[in-house]
Amino acid sequence: MSQPSMSEALRGVVRRDLLLAMRHRSDVAMSVFFVVIVASLFPLGVGPEPAVLRVIASGVLWVTALLACLLSLGRLFTADYLDGVLEQTLLIPQPLAVLVVGKVFSHWVISGLPVVLLSPLLGLQFGLSGDSLWVLTLSLLLGTPTLSMIGAVGAALTLGLRGSGLLVALLVLPLFIPVLIFGAGAVTNSLAGIGSEANLSLLGACFLFSFAFAPWATAVALRIALE
Amino acid sequence: MSATGINWFKYSSPQALYPLAGRMIPWFAAFALALIGVGLYVGFFVAPTDVTQGDAYRIIFVHVPAAWMSMFLYVIMAIWAGLGLGLNARPSFMMAQAIAPTGAMFTFLALFTGSMWGKPTWGAWWVWDARLTSELILLFQYIGIILLRSSIDDLRRADRASAVLALVGVINVPIIYFSVRWWNTLHQGASVSITAAPTMAGTMVTAMLVMMFGFWMYSIAVTLARMRCVIVERERQPSWDKQASIPDVVEAR
Amino acid sequence: MGTSDGAGNRLTNSTTHEDSTLPCYFSFDLSGVSPNMFQTVALSGSRGERQLFSDVSVTVKPGTLLAVVGENGSGKTSFLRMLCGLLSPDGGTILWQGKDIRRLKELYSAQLTYVGHLNGIKDELTPVENLTVSACLAGDESSGAIVQKALEAVGLVRPVHRLPTRVLSQGQKRRVSLARLWLSTRPLWLLDEPFASLDAAATSYLTQRLHAHLHNDGMVVVATHQEIDLPPDCIQHLRLTR
Repeated sequence: MSQPSMSEALRGVVRRDLLLAMRHRSDVAMSVFFVVIVASLFPLGVGPEPAVLRVIASGVLWVTALLACLLSLGRLFTADYLDGVLEQTLLIPQPLAVLVVGKVFSHWVISGLPVVLLSPLLGLQFGLSGDSLWVLTLSLLLGTPTLSMIGAVGAALTLGLRGSGLLVALLVLPLFIPVLIFGAGAVTNSLAGIGSEANLSLLGACFLFSFAFAPWATAVALRIALE
Repeated sequence: MSATGINWFKYSSPQALYPLAGRMIPWFAAFALALIGVGLYVGFFVAPTDVTQGDAYRIIFVHVPAAWMSMFLYVIMAIWAGLGLGLNARPSFMMAQAIAPTGAMFTFLALFTGSMWGKPTWGAWWVWDARLTSELILLFQYIGIILLRSSIDDLRRADRASAVLALVGVINVPIIYFSVRWWNTLHQGASVSITAAPTMAGTMVTAMLVMMFGFWMYSIAVTLARMRCVIVERERQPSWDKQASIPDVVEAR
Repeated sequence: MGTSDGAGNRLTNSTTHEDSTLPCYFSFDLSGVSPNMFQTVALSGSRGERQLFSDVSVTVKPGTLLAVVGENGSGKTSFLRMLCGLLSPDGGTILWQGKDIRRLKELYSAQLTYVGHLNGIKDELTPVENLTVSACLAGDESSGAIVQKALEAVGLVRPVHRLPTRVLSQGQKRRVSLARLWLSTRPLWLLDEPFASLDAAATSYLTQRLHAHLHNDGMVVVATHQEIDLPPDCIQHLRLTR
């Protein structure tokens, strides 16, 4: 009988996903391009006036990042489900919740982190500057992993269902709303000159809360889906 | 079980629940009719005209109880969902399944009446204030649960997945409430609360509470009726209970 | 044959045509080995509306292979998944060393290797990468040389080892998936139609490996259509009935 240690199992899961991502570098590029294109749609729709753009910047950029996360959730478990890797993951003798955190982490590195790194540039496009750029980046840094973690619950619940792309959006958007409110709120407050510490701390609280409960809920949902 | 003299587990099979529910429905329906009738009468005819809002405010007698019920039913549904997952009990999942549409209906009613109240009061059919927005998100959560269940063909997976979603959602409800209030506090502050002294005239409070109980009785009646439909539907596919068949269930009346 | 210590416990055994650098011994607690190591008690299962089987009680003794036979749709896969702990039975229990596997959870998962219908390998990775990852996640030996040996033992030649799995044939992919059995040191193997897609050579390699495993007091449960070429005294058959 042999058993990997928890850190070995975690590293194995993360390493496999990152290795796969390196074979499919387009996955990373897709998230980035999506965010760039969608963010550009708003000035095209609303008009290029800098004052208006600055006002809508926090909401637009946050919603765009949120949609990018939502659209990438399909890639979190589906491939593993279809080729049998997921059921093997369920049989690893370590807590599934921990392995889920590993999967979400690698998923975030591939789809969320590039958006965070790109956000200052997007902020500049919308006329943000100085402090608010930092706040934008920081809020996305805290927020995107939270969104991925919460989204994992929805992805696990809708695993293998037809029409799961739309269904997961419907299930998960109500859960995303608090994160959106605090994240966009942080940037708005920073633009208005009011401190954004409150919003950022709430965002941090959401992050911790989601990592405390969502992996476990996701594990339960995965077992239900694989029965 | 035996301490209370009632063997609850006797009711854990659909054959026993079906007739029991059937006997209870007329009573709850009667109470509902009576209470809602009284509540509406008091609300629309007896309660005094509001100083600032005139008679248009009377929609509050439907709006507020409906909003309370929508949240209350969500919590009850989540409790049944939790019991179902914890005890692996079919009737609990059936109750959760039966409650969801009624909860969604009350949420929609609250939004609709809220909008009707909003027009004369604030001049717009929709305002993005904290309470209405929270109700809207609650409606999304209800719809999500109903759609998830209908998207899954396998009964066991449908039960368990929608139960997990209900539990996740119930944790989200207070978070939504807090975050949306944080975002916007335009709505009229809660003028009826259990702990604070009522800022409304006594008859208004009475009317709202009567309406709430009426809605509660209505919910129970409708949920039990829906549960009977769920039982009949499931017994056509005896996946968990091999002996049941429709004639048995109907004859058991 | 095997060498054994003074207490008569098997320690090592040479396997198949491969040398002894491949792991082929277990280190599970031998004091726990008993004839009733793995058994199901009154197991019943259904899938959706269909009742698949009921009241299945079977014991798999160390050194025996349980062949689960039946037509398509008779519940063989569901039965195996219940034994893995992936599926909940309608009724009955599965016991490992006398304890319910639902209580043992991870302690039980650490005892088994499951090869299901799906291969459980990534098309974009090479056979070497796939096997290294699965061995690593199973806590098995996963060094490059050993992994290559395991792939060779299952009949895949060296040039194939570094190609992306997606270009391999069905049979070759199946061999990659089965290669983890050559690295596994777990006592219980649960295999769902392992011989499907395999040609005669691969079938014989797998049979030899199963034989070696049984020789070491391992247990195997196989869902299969075909006859397995092993000594009759270590095979028992189970036909699932409603």
